[in-house]
Amino acid sequence: MHSEPKMELVWSEVNPSQSNMSAPQHQHPPGKVAPPGAGDFSYVGIDAILEQMRRKAMKRGFELNIMVVGQSGLGKSTLMNTLFKSNVSRKSVSSTPEERIPKTIEIKSISHDIEEKGVRMKLTVIDTPGFGDQINNENCWQPIMKFINDQYEQYLQEEINIDRKKRIPDSRVHCCIYFIPPTGHCLRPLDVEFMRHLSNVVNIVPVIAKADTLTLEERDSFKQTIREELRANGIDVYPQKEFDEDADDRMINEKIREMIPFAVVGSDQEYQVNGKRLLGRKTKWGTIEVENIAHCEFAYLRDLLIRTHMQNIKDITSSIHYEVYRVRRLNESNGQPNGQPPNGQANLQANPQDNPQANPQPQQANGLAAQHQVLTHEM
Amino acid sequence: MAATDVDIFSNEEKRNLSLGGHVGFDSLPDQLVSKSVTQGFCFNILCVGETGIGKSTLMNTLFNTMFENEEASHYLNGVCMRPRTYDLQESNVHLKLTIVDTVGFGDQINKEESYKPIVDYIDTQFENYLQEELKIKRSLFNYHDGRIHICLYFIAPTGHSLKSLDLVTMKKLDSKVNIIPIIAKADTISKSELHKFKIKIMSELVSNGVQIYQFPTDDDAVTEINSSMNAHLPFAVVGSIEEVKVGNKTVRARQYPWGVVQVENESHCDFVKLREMLIRVNMEDLREQTHSRHYELYRRCKLEEMGFKDTDPDCQPFSLQETYEAKRKEFMGDLQRKEEEMRQMFVNKVKETEAELKEKERELHNKFEQLKQMHQEEKRKVEEKRRDLEEEMNAFNRRKVAVETLSLAQPVKKDKDKKN
Repeated sequence: MHSEPKMELVWSEVNPSQSNMSAPQHQHPPGKVAPPGAGDFSYVGIDAILEQMRRKAMKRGFELNIMVVGQSGLGKSTLMNTLFKSNVSRKSVSSTPEERIPKTIEIKSISHDIEEKGVRMKLTVIDTPGFGDQINNENCWQPIMKFINDQYEQYLQEEINIDRKKRIPDSRVHCCIYFIPPTGHCLRPLDVEFMRHLSNVVNIVPVIAKADTLTLEERDSFKQTIREELRANGIDVYPQKEFDEDADDRMINEKIREMIPFAVVGSDQEYQVNGKRLLGRKTKWGTIEVENIAHCEFAYLRDLLIRTHMQNIKDITSSIHYEVYRVRRLNESNGQPNGQPPNGQANLQANPQDNPQANPQPQQANGLAAQHQVLTHEM
Repeated sequence: MAATDVDIFSNEEKRNLSLGGHVGFDSLPDQLVSKSVTQGFCFNILCVGETGIGKSTLMNTLFNTMFENEEASHYLNGVCMRPRTYDLQESNVHLKLTIVDTVGFGDQINKEESYKPIVDYIDTQFENYLQEELKIKRSLFNYHDGRIHICLYFIAPTGHSLKSLDLVTMKKLDSKVNIIPIIAKADTISKSELHKFKIKIMSELVSNGVQIYQFPTDDDAVTEINSSMNAHLPFAVVGSIEEVKVGNKTVRARQYPWGVVQVENESHCDFVKLREMLIRVNMEDLREQTHSRHYELYRRCKLEEMGFKDTDPDCQPFSLQETYEAKRKEFMGDLQRKEEEMRQMFVNKVKETEAELKEKERELHNKFEQLKQMHQEEKRKVEEKRRDLEEEMNAFNRRKVAVETLSLAQPVKKDKDKKN
């Protein structure tokens, strides 16, 4: 229960708000007010809002959309199942086991309702079978980019509706886990291309798949090489340096940045190890424990994605990636080649065929000025 | 028409899964809360009531702070909105509190326009938020939200019924803001009168269709307390920041010769209930209602006013762009037409003026011709006269010569006459 902390009064006048009425502005010098006398009435109860907020969030439930990208056979479905300790992947759900590799990249998403300790979450796993599997893989990121942009577009259209839902269903891809095959050498051109294109539209978390084929030294040098290559190509993966909010954030994120890409092993089989039942892969030369950080870095990935940074991932998606998309879309429709038009009003064309190679709309030179006048005229 | 609520968990494509172990996303609410804590909260209260009814005192009592303010004059000739923002902190929660005062409310002789500044202020806050939301490059997360989350309406403790000013004002405000009516200076009413007063007020509000804020009863944790509080509306409050020693405790109270009214004593007044409801239980709900109901309503009306539609009669969804295009074409068409008209007018005017000038020119020309003719006439006449005159002169001369010749011959004759 509330332990009735003394309310610390840091009272100071903050920007006396613009009063557009004729009242004179009262400028108060900021100052500390004498705290009220001792007693149990110093507690106002403002911090109860945290509890209220938590209750509402629990009632509302949460949404999370994860996309997995990588060549077939890298263990994407298994990893998803391991992460969420249940059969969330497409393979587990589809009735006909599809062993064929599709001729083109397909995008398949499947949703699940999961609940833990009263917290309900709608988890959507978006699979991309066929990625990197063709002989000619040119532009294989395009369907994926298109899908991601389509989700942004859907959200945007919903947002600019006049009669809009109380809670816009969020189908935007929050996180894209990219599986790097454990060659031990360096990133392949396909990897670099993909990550380069997509790191600007979605949070990319690269992982080294099937890491049980690498020894610890090989793993470390592989990671080093990957990090350098990412840096050299200007690819900013999650957690992005530029979005660190303050010193604390930076510290935590730096530690993470020194560890990516995580070398993971996935498994949905449990084995008996030292008297405990653990998730692992049993081989002739030993059992790899998935959740043992001495064996692989799955636990770090899980902690990052789920236990500590999930909200942050969603925030970056909605407040940065989505906003970037929105700005670009609105500017496209306005016909302005750069930045902000004079009055910056929203102006949008419902274009379901929107894809990165669409030609920008024909220049409407007087369009914006006329719209400005239309608006003021109407208002 | 409230915005439709979508339950994200009612999609047929999803499945319910049970987890095989502890995954860890139960920390998600904590993550959300800690993010909000770093961001800070903001809360905006609007106090509507007559001058001197105790608004500032109540605010001071509620938040346990001496918000600096002077007493307002009763002689303002209009209602002024006076917003002030304060930074409060309790444990790890930062609250940006804005208290908007209605100065001069109820003081004028003619109170017909009293509600207007209040409604305008609320609308302005919505408008500012809407503008920010519609911007291309927007920063909604840094935006200082000035939308009013709660309006505390102070009712004077007459003991009889609501004043007509109260009814009119509340009616104008109920669709724009959450209203909680409170009876101010409740220590002037006795318990029995208070009970009757409350019933009267509530029935008047109901019969006039004023929608006040109902504490939400859909969340199990707070259903009970909220529904019981709903029955106590309007809260009869007493505000005081002075401390009085009662027994061996020091409490906030108002001291009278006949007794001490304790602010936090629930049998004396409803202050504790108000604080409980307003701050400790429903603050977040107030903010949510403001955003999802009142603001959405404003936004919808505003956009519809500007001519945007979601669907047309054929149920094809329009987009803002198409409406803009249509409007722009219309506007350009208008513009062109007007331009044509103006050009026509100009051309006509030019023609007219030209014609006039030509007229004048012709007239002048005529005059000139006339004058010339007259001149010639005169000249001719004068010529004639001259000729006449010359002829006369000639004639005269001839006669003169003739006479002279004759007179030369005459003197011989005269001599002859003389000799006789």
